[in-house]
Order: sequence, then C-alpha cells, then structure tokens
Amino acid sequence: MAQRTIHVDALARVEGEGALYLKVQDDKVLEVRVDIYEPPRFFEGFLRGRRYEEVPDLTARICGICPVAYQMSSARALEKALGVTPSPAVRSLRHLLYCAEWIESHVLHMYLLQAPDLTGHESALELAQDVPEAVQRGLRMKRIGNTILTLLGGRSVHPVNPTVGGFYRWPDPQAIRALVPDLEWGLEAALETMRWAAGLDFPDLEVDYEFVALHREDEYAILNGTIRSSRAGDLAEEDFEKRYLEYHVPHSNALHSRTVEGRHYIVGPLARFNLNFAQLHPLARQAAEAAGIVPPVRNPYKALLARAAETIHAYAVALEIARVWMPRGPSRAAVTPRSGEGAAATEAPRGLLYHRYRLDAGGLVEEARIVPPTAQNLARMEDDLRLLAPHVLTLPLEEATLRCEHLVRAYDPCISCATHFLTLHVERV
Amino acid sequence: MMAAKPKIAVYKFSSCDGCQLALLNLEEELLTLAGRVEIAYFLEATRRVMPGPYDLALVEGAVTTPEEVRRIQEVREQAQVVVALGTCACAGGVQALRNFADADALAAQVYPHPEYLDYLAKATPMAEHIAVDYEVWGCPVNGAQVAQVLAALLLGKQPILPDYSVCLECKRRGNACVLVAEGALCLGPVTRAGCGAICPAYGRGCYGCFGPWPAGQPQAYLQAVRGLAAPDEVRRAFRHIAGNAPAFAQAAEEV
Repeated sequence: MAQRTIHVDALARVEGEGALYLKVQDDKVLEVRVDIYEPPRFFEGFLRGRRYEEVPDLTARICGICPVAYQMSSARALEKALGVTPSPAVRSLRHLLYCAEWIESHVLHMYLLQAPDLTGHESALELAQDVPEAVQRGLRMKRIGNTILTLLGGRSVHPVNPTVGGFYRWPDPQAIRALVPDLEWGLEAALETMRWAAGLDFPDLEVDYEFVALHREDEYAILNGTIRSSRAGDLAEEDFEKRYLEYHVPHSNALHSRTVEGRHYIVGPLARFNLNFAQLHPLARQAAEAAGIVPPVRNPYKALLARAAETIHAYAVALEIARVWMPRGPSRAAVTPRSGEGAAATEAPRGLLYHRYRLDAGGLVEEARIVPPTAQNLARMEDDLRLLAPHVLTLPLEEATLRCEHLVRAYDPCISCATHFLTLHVERV
Repeated sequence: MMAAKPKIAVYKFSSCDGCQLALLNLEEELLTLAGRVEIAYFLEATRRVMPGPYDLALVEGAVTTPEEVRRIQEVREQAQVVVALGTCACAGGVQALRNFADADALAAQVYPHPEYLDYLAKATPMAEHIAVDYEVWGCPVNGAQVAQVLAALLLGKQPILPDYSVCLECKRRGNACVLVAEGALCLGPVTRAGCGAICPAYGRGCYGCFGPWPAGQPQAYLQAVRGLAAPDEVRRAFRHIAGNAPAFAQAAEEV
C-alpha cells in the first residue's frame, strides 16, 4: 500500500490548538498522537501567592467557553479549605448559573462545531444557508444561556459576580422571573433539537469505555457528588488524586490522564449520560427514550445526543429554579482566612473538572492543582483514533482526514483548558 | 478603504478563546456580518480557509513561544490591517502574570518534564513583535465594541473607542461609587472604559481587565487609596489581568 500522509495543520471547529499524527504501515496503525501545541500558560504556577478571592477570577481565564466551571470548582475547593458552607439560596443560584453555561456550551458545540460534520458542511455558516431555521434556533438557544449568565454573572465570558462563599450581589428576583418565557421557549427548542439530532447520520464506532463522572442519587450531578466510575468504586471528591493520575508526554503541553491501574478513561456528556441516566430530568429522559437513545451509548460521535439530552435537562432545571428563586440571607458567606487545604470537583460542560488548593494562614495560595476534563480525555481520544484508523485508511485522503477530525470534534475538546489544536499527520511507512 | 467584500482572518495565540467567543456571541449579527465580508480564516468557526492576503486580521492572545513569534510575523505580512483583540494581545493578559516570577520555576511547578516544553522567558503583547493598527482592550472584549470597530473599518472610518475611565461608565449606569461608599479597592479611576462598569454594578471593585486608561494618574490614585488596603493587596490589584501593561506594572512597583 502506498505511503500516505494526512496533514491537517490546525484542527478547525475546536477550541484551542492541536494536531493529530497517525503513523501507519500497510493497514496497521503504528502510532497515534494528539499533539497539543496550545502554549503552556502556567496557571498552577502563578496562582501561588494570590489571595483566595482572586482565584475564581483568574482561573476563569483558563477557558472562555467554560469560565463558570472554573469559578465553581475553584470556589468549592477554597470553601472546603476555609471551612465555609454556602447557603441554599447560593447553591440554587449557582445551579442556575451552571445550567446556563451548559446550555451555551452544548448548543455552541452541537450547532456550530459538530453538526456541520454530520451534515457535510464546512461550517455553521454554510449549514445556516441550507437549514436556516435550525441554526437560528441554535443561536437563539445559545443567546438565552448567555442572557442568564449576564444577569447572574455580569457578563457571559468571565463573569464577575461569582465568588468564594457565593455572589458579590444578589440578582433581582424579578429579573430572574422575567427569564421564564425565554426558558419555556428554550425547553421546546431543546426538545426539537433532540428530535433533529436523533435524525442525523452518525458514523459507526463502538468503544468499550470506562466512564467517569460525578454522581448523586437525588439529582443529575453538576455542582458536587461522589466520583463514580463504570469500572471501579465510588470515591470522595477529595480522593480524586488517589486514583486519577496525570503524566507528561513529550508531544503535549497538556498533561494526560490515566487511572492508577493504567487505564484511559472518558469524562463528559457521554460518561454522565451513561452513569446518571436515571437522574436526568424526566422530560430529558423521556425525549431520549422516544428517540431510542438510552444507555449504554458507546459511540463517541453520539456524545452529541447526550449533549442534546443534557440541554433539555438544563433548560428544564433552569426553568424550575427561575420560577421560584428568591434571595435569602447574605449573598455570600462570611470568610475568615486561615490555612487549610481543599479539593472539589464539578461537572464542566465537557466533563469532570477537579481543583485543589492549599492556603497559608493569610489566605494566600501555596499550592494549586487543576485537572481539566479535556486533558483527562486526551489519552482516550488517541485510543479512539487508533480504533478508527483502520476504517479510514482506504478512503481518499481528504475524506480520511475529515473522518479523523470529526472524531476529535465529537469529543468537544477544549484545548485552551487542556493546556493550562489539530494538525493531522499520517505517516505511512 | 477596503474591498467590496473584504477578506477577514481571525487568529488565536496564547489565550482562553474568550475574545473569539465574544465574536461568536454576536450571533445573528455574526450572520449579517458574514454576509458583508469574506471570512477567510476563522478556525474556531470553520474548516474553510482562503489564502491571504487579507484585508483585516483580528488577533487574540499573547505571544509566548518562539513558534508564535514566527506566526505573528506571518499574520502581519498577510494582512493590510491588524487589530489586537483583547487584553492578552494588547498587554500579555493573564498569562503575563508569569512574567513576575521565573518562568522556569513555574514550569517545574506545573509540568513533570518541563524540558518537553518550548516557551519564551516572558509572555508578550503583540506590539512587541509587529506594528499593530488598532487595539481593542478587554478581558474579554466587549462584543458590541468589536462589532462597532468592524463596521467602522468596513466603512473606511476610524473606529471610535472610549478614551475615558470606568468612572464615567459607572456614573452613566447609576452605580454608587464602591471606592467611596464601601471602601472597596476599585481600579476604575485608572482603568480604560469599555466594559460598562460591570464590577461596581455588582458590588465589587474594578480589577482593571480593560487595561490602563492612558490619561489615568496611577501615582495620584496610589496616594488616594493609601490606608484603604494593605500594600500587598494594592500591589496584587495592579498585578492582575492587565498587570503587564506598563502603567499598571509601574504602579505595582511604586506601591
């Protein structure tokens, strides 16, 4: 078989900068690498010496698409270190805020980043010319998410209101009530999105994943939970580092992850959908069942369907909160700086996001540890590409390239996060 | 000034992608804009790439690696007009916080094998490497401001960006001054307007993410806030998102 190089210099329609390298001999894949050349930014380094209140503002800048996730994980970890318990009204508002981010991020990915692959378009701009009503629906759904983020947070990218202990200021409950009509529209649009997505043509690929996600018995875990794996027992959030390890590979500015047993695992909507299906809002569960999508779902491309289900869930939960939320007590718990260590995980749109901080007596950071979801998925992404490669090597070059890119895009990687994007090189020997 | 349907390229350097997302968040306006321009290069949004030269390049992110030094030269060569988008591009942004420490020491704290990495000693703004035609500050940029800049450039006009401090935006918004009323450390008096005074509206002091107001008086400000907060806290306030901008960096030294 002739030698072949698939070279995608920079992967489009992902967040951040990465490259993919495939080395094949005849039809055997010798090597697969996802090269992360997004530059290292050293957050865990320069957070040392910063005061605890600054951490949510600074870590938000790890990612423009999921800043709330960083603010929530960091705030919760610091609250544990400082012995602070946020009030129920704070928790409820954080839940609404996080739902809004899931909506904004999932809709961005489904409509703008992945859908064009499934429909055969170069981008959502071309997709919008063919099916304008679908893309308009997506844009309006996303805008509602951004409206909530702006109301609760001050702005949708790098909100200013969330802080350790709660919020600087309560939003006006009347303004939250006023969101209800948009949320009702959004819920219907999310249900329509599931119907539309279920009709798309997904490539075949079945993978035997180890799924990892936060779990709660009483709700679809997002702000806290135990760390559940489909292959191992539950862990408390603070024991995350005992089982889930990071290691540094030469071709990546993002650390890779594996379990202590050496296995690669997956976090994110697919993991959550498979582990926590029973906890999805009934409307989301029913819509999934009606579309014939129930666990186990082991096709990475079908993470889009998990996202569609989660978008219904997020709209339904946001609607329930928005209908009744009232401020109660101070908007943020009183904090007395003290030395301590705290670790917490929350579910970012792309998966489990773990933070740990150690503070000195003055409340300054002595040590910071941040494990983003995309970094945890990178090793599994390479494994999936290794599984896919034999099926695409016989295709024309352009088609094979697109198929590999599509698989990476289906993961919705957030590469700026993973480094504290995609060139496909296929070398045939 | 520009072709009938100008070719626009959008680039990302060392950054969080938030400024590009601010563009995508223009939503319907983005579709309208897409009808008036040729989006020739915008990896976040599309695989389709048209070769340069380009009429306009919007560039997000700081320059922090040797590879980026090379790439930014190419961006300058390929574009008639280069706009630095966001505080990372204008001043180095949040990753420039590593400039105040030793980068190698930081690398060792984050990465088990720092020898695998390739990075500059300092995270740098775009203007240290190329001539920049316009700067739009913000972390993230104000999407409406970017839309206004694009509209102006498409019409062959000079974009008009605010040349006053956040204080004026606070007054417009009807905020109570948090510096005076609550003794909160607020950088508004020395920070460039553009955000709409969000932080004071939410009951906290401005942390300067839109960068120094060129006509600001950091020395006078430092005098005014003496006693309001400990020196370390004032220093950290200046050494924040826009801490690598010369006026803020100097103010931090003078605390």
